[in-house]
Amino acid sequence: MKIHEYQGKALLSKYGVPVPDGLIVRSAQQAFDAANKLGGVVVVKSQIHAGGRGKGQLFDKADRTKLVLDGGVKVVKTPDEAKSTALKILGNILVTHQSGPEGKLVSTVLVEKGCDIKKEYYLGLILDRANSCVTIMASSEGGMDIEDVAAKQPEKILKVAIDSAVGFQAYQGRDLAFALGLENKLVSGFVSFCAALYKAYVDMDAAIVEINPLVLTGEGQFLALDAKINFDDNALFRHKDFLDLRDLAEEDPQEIEASQYDLSYVALDGNIGCMVNGAGLAMATLDIIKIYGGEPANFLDVGGGASKEKVTAAFKIILKDPKVKAILVNIFGGIMKCDIIAEGVVAAVKELGLKLPLVVRLQGTNVDLGKKIMAESGLRIQSVDALDEAARAVVAAARDDL
Amino acid sequence: MSVLVGKNTKVVTQGITGKTGQFHTKACKEYGTQMVAGVTPGKGGEAFEGVPIFDTVKKAKAATGCNASVIYVPPAFTADAILEAVDAELDLVVCITEGVPILDMVRVKRAMQGSKTRLIGPNCPGIITPGECKIGIMPGHIHRPGKVGIVSRSGTLTYEAVDQVTRLGLGQSTCIGIGGDPVNGTNFIDCLKLFQDDPGTEAIIMIGEIGGTAEEEAAEFIKAYVKKPMVSFIAGAAAPAGRRMGHAGAIISGGKGTAGAKFAALKAAGVAISKTSAHLGEVLKEVYKGS
Repeated sequence: MKIHEYQGKALLSKYGVPVPDGLIVRSAQQAFDAANKLGGVVVVKSQIHAGGRGKGQLFDKADRTKLVLDGGVKVVKTPDEAKSTALKILGNILVTHQSGPEGKLVSTVLVEKGCDIKKEYYLGLILDRANSCVTIMASSEGGMDIEDVAAKQPEKILKVAIDSAVGFQAYQGRDLAFALGLENKLVSGFVSFCAALYKAYVDMDAAIVEINPLVLTGEGQFLALDAKINFDDNALFRHKDFLDLRDLAEEDPQEIEASQYDLSYVALDGNIGCMVNGAGLAMATLDIIKIYGGEPANFLDVGGGASKEKVTAAFKIILKDPKVKAILVNIFGGIMKCDIIAEGVVAAVKELGLKLPLVVRLQGTNVDLGKKIMAESGLRIQSVDALDEAARAVVAAARDDL
Repeated sequence: MSVLVGKNTKVVTQGITGKTGQFHTKACKEYGTQMVAGVTPGKGGEAFEGVPIFDTVKKAKAATGCNASVIYVPPAFTADAILEAVDAELDLVVCITEGVPILDMVRVKRAMQGSKTRLIGPNCPGIITPGECKIGIMPGHIHRPGKVGIVSRSGTLTYEAVDQVTRLGLGQSTCIGIGGDPVNGTNFIDCLKLFQDDPGTEAIIMIGEIGGTAEEEAAEFIKAYVKKPMVSFIAGAAAPAGRRMGHAGAIISGGKGTAGAKFAALKAAGVAISKTSAHLGEVLKEVYKGS
């Protein structure tokens, strides 16, 4: 689960991670008041989940070809300027290299006290799968896209792996500080910053905590100028308070609906709707559709215990995507029995009055019974045995329908 | 011959009174697995389908001599259940539970260092030696005793591979689902070593997916160690970057973990590549004739 920068900073601040003073605003007048209260130079920051906001562009919500503001993060000198900038941001669409071309509607702005930046660094915490350890990554190339740095100058990224049995140790922070070339008097401040960040990561069950940039101010203080936090979805059951931080406006409505039925759904760009059991088989189904020249409209894993209700819900979600021209159901019945799936498919097709071409490939437990149920339903369901054949059939059907 | 589990494996079910635990304990018992005990704290002294229930894993082991456990407890209690089985010094723990917090597994893995117990999973279908021992949720009837070892990060995709091998008239020595989470117990390299060293395994199918670098590391190992014919498929070539595809571990991030890179590494290691999951059997036939 992703959260906004301002929410992340509020959480980090509770763990003693220093962040700039700031206020959340949802109108231009509030931006004026916030700038007035904070005093001096302030930064007006669009709040959306995608990164790259500073280099993004704001477009008019009513006319998406009209550029309203170049850059979703602006440094301003007066409350009046804060007001006019917020006016251009709020209610408009911010497009960044991570937001997708459709961009995101900005409804919240963070107004933050400006600071005297002496140097920018990168600091990130993430699980390193290679050694199953939470790892701190640091770089002197702050403010840059860290993936670019990793690709072009991997030697500029420093890493230390934290032993979960004892947690973060001060020497690990010192190792990073000296490797970053920090002056002696700054080392202890940096170590404290890392310690607070690690504690936050573990306590919150984060999947990623990224401070980019981490700034060193003229006064010799470290500040988290930005904060990106993702939570481990598997651990949300022990952080019920985080659910209030979820911004449904940032999520795909079909993905939200799917999650209510315990279905795993990811919207894609193609026209072939897919319903599969198991994440691996679902991915493999998208792959084979693509190999035969088709484009999948979605990833959808109905999971191990699909019922008639779940299959119907899955069909409804697939059909909400107007791009879908044909549907492939691919089920390898293990525990899940093919006859139950077939009954679910037949019931869903009848209930929804499905008109699109439907290819169903069942395999495994009770497959013959499943095929019999579909054949006797009198519905136009193309039933095939092999995945290979199923993929070819659905690609052809999607093409014919154009 | 087989690896890790066979006729002499005695299994305790942790979470035997839950719906999932009951269903699969019954199915595994019917398959012929020695399901000798169950554990549910507070239900010691009861029984399920003739399988005695104990309060703790240690008590179950003392009374029945079980040497393997299978875990169906909910995610919030999974780390605790694994560590209880480790403390009881079982040889093998198979964790089926999906949705275990990642940091729980980080701590479990650290705590298991130096222990004699091997963990398979979490978030996996389990392990089966056809005709001898089935521990987990896979459909037993599609398997057939034979000499092809199968290791996979995905459940239903393993069934797909098993089915194709069986249809060729061949069979499986042992099939191991290692699970789709970013932190798991047994990895590809562990399984490949077991299969290479097992005289009853003559060919190996390895099924990976996007995310992480486990397949690339396996490729390095294959180059150095594996002499048996191998076939591989990687799921997720069509997946967009930055989106988690069902499994917590199946995500391309920072340009790493793509299917293309994994296919290339395995090919360079001499592994025969199946470009789709539908052709695993065909490709296997090209490199392995059976015996």
